[in-house]
Amino acid sequence: MTAQEVRLCALLLQEHFGEVVEKVGTHLLRSGALNLRALAHETRTSLDLVKKSLCVLVQHGMCTFGPGRRGPAGPLEYRVSCERILYMLRYPRYIYTAKSLYGDTGELVMEEILQRGQMTMSNTVRTVADRLTQNMEDGQSTDYNDVVTAFSRLVETHFLQRCPPVDTATSKKTVSEVPESPASTITQPSQPENYPDCYKLPQIHLTGRGKRRRSDEDGDVGARVAKKAKLEHTEACGDEGIYWQVNVERFHLHFRHQAIISAVASKLDQTSSEIVRTMLRMSEVTTPANAAYTQAVSANEIFRAVPPSYNISRPILDQYLTLLVDDPMEFVGKAGDSGGGMYVVNLHRALANLARATLESVVQERFGSRSARIFRLLLRKRHLEQKQVEDFAMIPAKEAKDMLYTLLSENLVQLQEIPKTPDHAPSRTFYLYTVNQLPTARLLLQNCYKAVGNLIDRRLFETKENKRHLEKSQRIEAILGSLQASGAEPAQLAEVEEMITAPERQQLEALRHHINKLDSSENQVDETIFLLESYIKSTSCSR
Amino acid sequence: MSLGRGRTQFTFNVDSLGFGRGEALPASALVPSPLFPPLQFRPVPLPTGEEVDYMLALKQELRASSKILPSHIRPGRVKIDVDRYSDKYQSGEPKHSAVEWNPDWSRLPRELCIMGPKTRKASECITAITLLHHRHFLTFAIEMAFFHCWFQQTLEKNEKNQSEGEEDEEKKKTGEEEEESGEGEDYDEEEFEEETDYIMSYFDNGEDFGGDSDDNMDEATY
Repeated sequence: MTAQEVRLCALLLQEHFGEVVEKVGTHLLRSGALNLRALAHETRTSLDLVKKSLCVLVQHGMCTFGPGRRGPAGPLEYRVSCERILYMLRYPRYIYTAKSLYGDTGELVMEEILQRGQMTMSNTVRTVADRLTQNMEDGQSTDYNDVVTAFSRLVETHFLQRCPPVDTATSKKTVSEVPESPASTITQPSQPENYPDCYKLPQIHLTGRGKRRRSDEDGDVGARVAKKAKLEHTEACGDEGIYWQVNVERFHLHFRHQAIISAVASKLDQTSSEIVRTMLRMSEVTTPANAAYTQAVSANEIFRAVPPSYNISRPILDQYLTLLVDDPMEFVGKAGDSGGGMYVVNLHRALANLARATLESVVQERFGSRSARIFRLLLRKRHLEQKQVEDFAMIPAKEAKDMLYTLLSENLVQLQEIPKTPDHAPSRTFYLYTVNQLPTARLLLQNCYKAVGNLIDRRLFETKENKRHLEKSQRIEAILGSLQASGAEPAQLAEVEEMITAPERQQLEALRHHINKLDSSENQVDETIFLLESYIKSTSCSR
Repeated sequence: MSLGRGRTQFTFNVDSLGFGRGEALPASALVPSPLFPPLQFRPVPLPTGEEVDYMLALKQELRASSKILPSHIRPGRVKIDVDRYSDKYQSGEPKHSAVEWNPDWSRLPRELCIMGPKTRKASECITAITLLHHRHFLTFAIEMAFFHCWFQQTLEKNEKNQSEGEEDEEKKKTGEEEEESGEGEDYDEEEFEEETDYIMSYFDNGEDFGGDSDDNMDEATY
């Protein structure tokens, strides 16, 4: 956990869960595993608040608990996962993907589960049906079955998974009567995939339609919803204790495939990207999660599986496949000759190429195209002397020197000494410049985390500066809303609107524009973070 | 190492450094690098489009709604000066989370379950009462007591706990509580909140009195 990651986690926790959870979570991040008493003592917060924060963190899957250093007889220790907190940046992307694949219903299901952490199927179905009904016109309502269908499809394609069961021995502090076998899982199983019923839908008896909330009494709506929830809570639907969570790994797989397909589309053409998409789709279920290559598929199968709208004939398909294999980017490789040719998609190599393209584009945008040329040169040729760099890049010596030293000071380029004599005399040593892709990717990833932290900081600062204006405008909007609801005349409405002066309005507009820009930038940086993270993870897997 | 004989000799090719031998060394900077260094090139503009706008709207919505959820935990109210008796009967914050959150306690470690003094009292009540009645109610009541332990500060919550827990046992107290919960859980200041006999304004500190008058009080008060 680097300092930038911890800072970003702190900002994200504060935004979503408040200061208390932020304090508790950050402290746990920094100190590793702690038990409850130590945590309360070191963060100097009351025990109650610490307990609530831990409940929130466990509910959202960011904290795990297990037996501590003193073994099963000692107090439980809690551990926070930095990675999982950083995924919070990506929630809009997950929800948008669900929307594009499964429509509005899927979008709402995903949103509910992401916000609550874990939910039962019946709860989700009811809440989503109510929300959908709210947005429909009067008199219409959503049937529960529609939501159940969307939910089932999400589970079938593995976007949702069951939360792994918690071993009851850990949740009770008293010693259980049944003696524990040494091999039994005392902690929470960390891999939900190991649980065999991971994707099994429960049989629930849930019929009905979504209920519309009466919006006439705003104040009592909350109380009424609470009362309704309490009453409905007592209806058992047959799926008690089965909680569902979002399977982020599946989303990440989907995003990786999307990145590869769009890279092929921009490098070659639409048809080749369609072929690669078909290959990826066919091998989705058979390829293990972190494999370097997909399962091999034969050209015959590809021909059958390509969507008919593209109208590709067999010889054309073979030509496209040959083109893809010969491309220097090496997206597709040939793994054999049976069945008309066996082809695989090289996932790790594609990720490495995408990361390399990201690095090159970063250098280009920050230092100019000539520095980018030097960078690309060093990536390809590995080690070069200063004179050779100047020659190969075809840049005048003085400027090349300048750019090289700038890149060196930014740590994007490294210097490698190769001594000719044991005494390392500078006149008798080769100094070679080199670029290592993996450490540079790690460096840029940390820069990205810092960038997102800065963006969030700036957004909070802007909001705080203009807090008074924002509050005033919110109050006026509330007044306008209530006036409109009670049917006021336009003259009254105009009078209320006048209460905000024109320069204030301009200031508010500018503020809104800035905040939108900052938010949009966060989403953009997160895409780069995803790419670099996937690349770094893929290199560590293949080792 | 070559020792300089008289004149300094550089042991490497000096030209590669970018300045000649006789020239002055470039001035050394004695300050740290600037916090906001000037950009050499303008950054590329953000992508626009429907997808980007939709994700932006989603992000802002998520942020706004996460503030209302029960998982957003606010720090307790800091005690300003002296402890007052009325603190016990005035709830610190308004109930904002419309749907309360009862996590599934079987999935969480038992030590995280909060049992406040009120709920403990309620559970003691319940267990005491059930001992008088059927034995099989005992396990059910204990489960109910564990199930209802959550925010100790929310006094209304405790009221509901009692009403829920005792509903099945049909005790005499339920008559009053059911009537209250039947009113739609309006924040009823006038009636009893916490088994006191006084209306809520009895516990008013008087701290808010007199601070709002901004009339022009020219005449002296007697």
